[in-house]
Amino acid sequence: MTKRAQFDKVSLSFETPKGRLKVVEDVSYDINDGDFIAVIGPSGCGKTTMMSMLAGFQKPTTGKVLFDGRPVAGPGPERGVIFQEYGVFPWLTVKQNIAFGLTLNANHVPTAEREAICDHYLGLMGLSDFANSYPKHLSGGMRQRLAIARAYAVKPKFLLMDEPFGALDAQTRSNMQNLLLKVLEAEGKTVMLITHSVEEAIYLASRIVVVTARPARIKQIIDVPFAYPRDESIQERPEFAELRSHIRQLVMDEYRAQQAQMRPVSFSE
Amino acid sequence: MNGAGVRRFGLGLLPWFGAILLWYAVRWSGFVNVSLIPAPHQVAAKFFELLTTEGLLIDIFASTRRVFLGVALGILVAVPVGFLLGWYRPARTFADPMINFFRALPPIALIPLVIVYFGVDELAKLVILFYASFFSGVIVMYEGVSQITPLYIRVAQTLGANQAEIFRKVIIPLTVPHILTALRVALGVAWATLVASELIAAQRGLGAMIQNASTYFLLDVIYVGIICIGLIALIMDLILRKITARLLVWQDRAIA
Repeated sequence: MTKRAQFDKVSLSFETPKGRLKVVEDVSYDINDGDFIAVIGPSGCGKTTMMSMLAGFQKPTTGKVLFDGRPVAGPGPERGVIFQEYGVFPWLTVKQNIAFGLTLNANHVPTAEREAICDHYLGLMGLSDFANSYPKHLSGGMRQRLAIARAYAVKPKFLLMDEPFGALDAQTRSNMQNLLLKVLEAEGKTVMLITHSVEEAIYLASRIVVVTARPARIKQIIDVPFAYPRDESIQERPEFAELRSHIRQLVMDEYRAQQAQMRPVSFSE
Repeated sequence: MNGAGVRRFGLGLLPWFGAILLWYAVRWSGFVNVSLIPAPHQVAAKFFELLTTEGLLIDIFASTRRVFLGVALGILVAVPVGFLLGWYRPARTFADPMINFFRALPPIALIPLVIVYFGVDELAKLVILFYASFFSGVIVMYEGVSQITPLYIRVAQTLGANQAEIFRKVIIPLTVPHILTALRVALGVAWATLVASELIAAQRGLGAMIQNASTYFLLDVIYVGIICIGLIALIMDLILRKITARLLVWQDRAIA
């Protein structure tokens, strides 16, 4: 197992008018090739900040965030990011959105291959009928599928997902989770998923990192005992329920701790 | 044209009929001296007379050209300046009070100075119209650009875009709607400023025509001039709206 990403004693804090605010404190863990890591914790705890450092949008105050052994210097196409707000480009059609990354110099994809890659992901994500539509005509679930297709098209080694299904209704959300499992099975990627849904974390991830209320520290790292490929039947298994109540307990403890802090400054994730 | 198109066209025409009726009504009501209000048909007759014998088209062309040049130059400068102000916060802090100071000045107030520095020729009118369109356009541009969400830039970065690609493929498409809005606002302000700019001893132009007519109390000519200005501004706006609709098909708009 090669180490894809490493958090090495990572802390992040910044100055506010009310003093120094610690967001992430002394976090260390490794993400191996092929891992599906879910990071779970109370909202506003700093888990998005963790992802943001690996994506290259923020730098740790102390410690190191490494990708393939090198410190992360900024965003890059080898680390695909799926944002909670989708971020599909409204001025491009569905197909042009998928092709966006392929036309960039950094990815040097020959023009002849672009068409085939676009068609592949259009089909995989069930968007073929909407290839020439603009995002304004798409539902939330379709927009998120488009965002995933676009991120996949440039063949990242690593996928960072920030509560990707948070804004979707329960039905669409579970469809998207199944689709994600299907796609991962076909294409095999390393994933870091930020979520606040315990079920989502267990259902999708191979390892779950439970973080504390702000500042985010590691509370516990849990291996999920289900083999891939998975389907919804695992959610009926007693181990699933046990794991769920265990993790829920951990998260609820932290949620209470967070309430107890009663900090006047609140940071949205 | 289909049924819905005809109905929309008819609906758009209706207020004009209403306005003409009201015009006649005011004239016949007896509240106003009839000699002070030429009837719509008299104005229409005057319009054709001016068109055929007095070279109304030359006036229309002179005015339209001035507006067109003034707006084109004004927006040409307003787009990069507004972009810089919207994009770089320090630039805005630096220039904002200054821009608001000049924007608040009515261009008409500057006419005496413009005459002193630029004379009474075509250049002087161009300067006034440039001034009017630049300051109205620059505000629209920088307000718009400063509201561009960083999300799309982040997305582009994670897909591997470099600075030049981000500018070309993300920032420019996001700026186009603001450029078009700036153009529309500038066109409106420029037509409003036109008459003032043509007060500077203009030989031809709709503003000059109105000005000359007022000297001889030719009310029907004044009406023709005013209606022409309104119509041309309306046509320009319609054309711009068509272009906007074409360029911005992707935008989520409530109107059908």
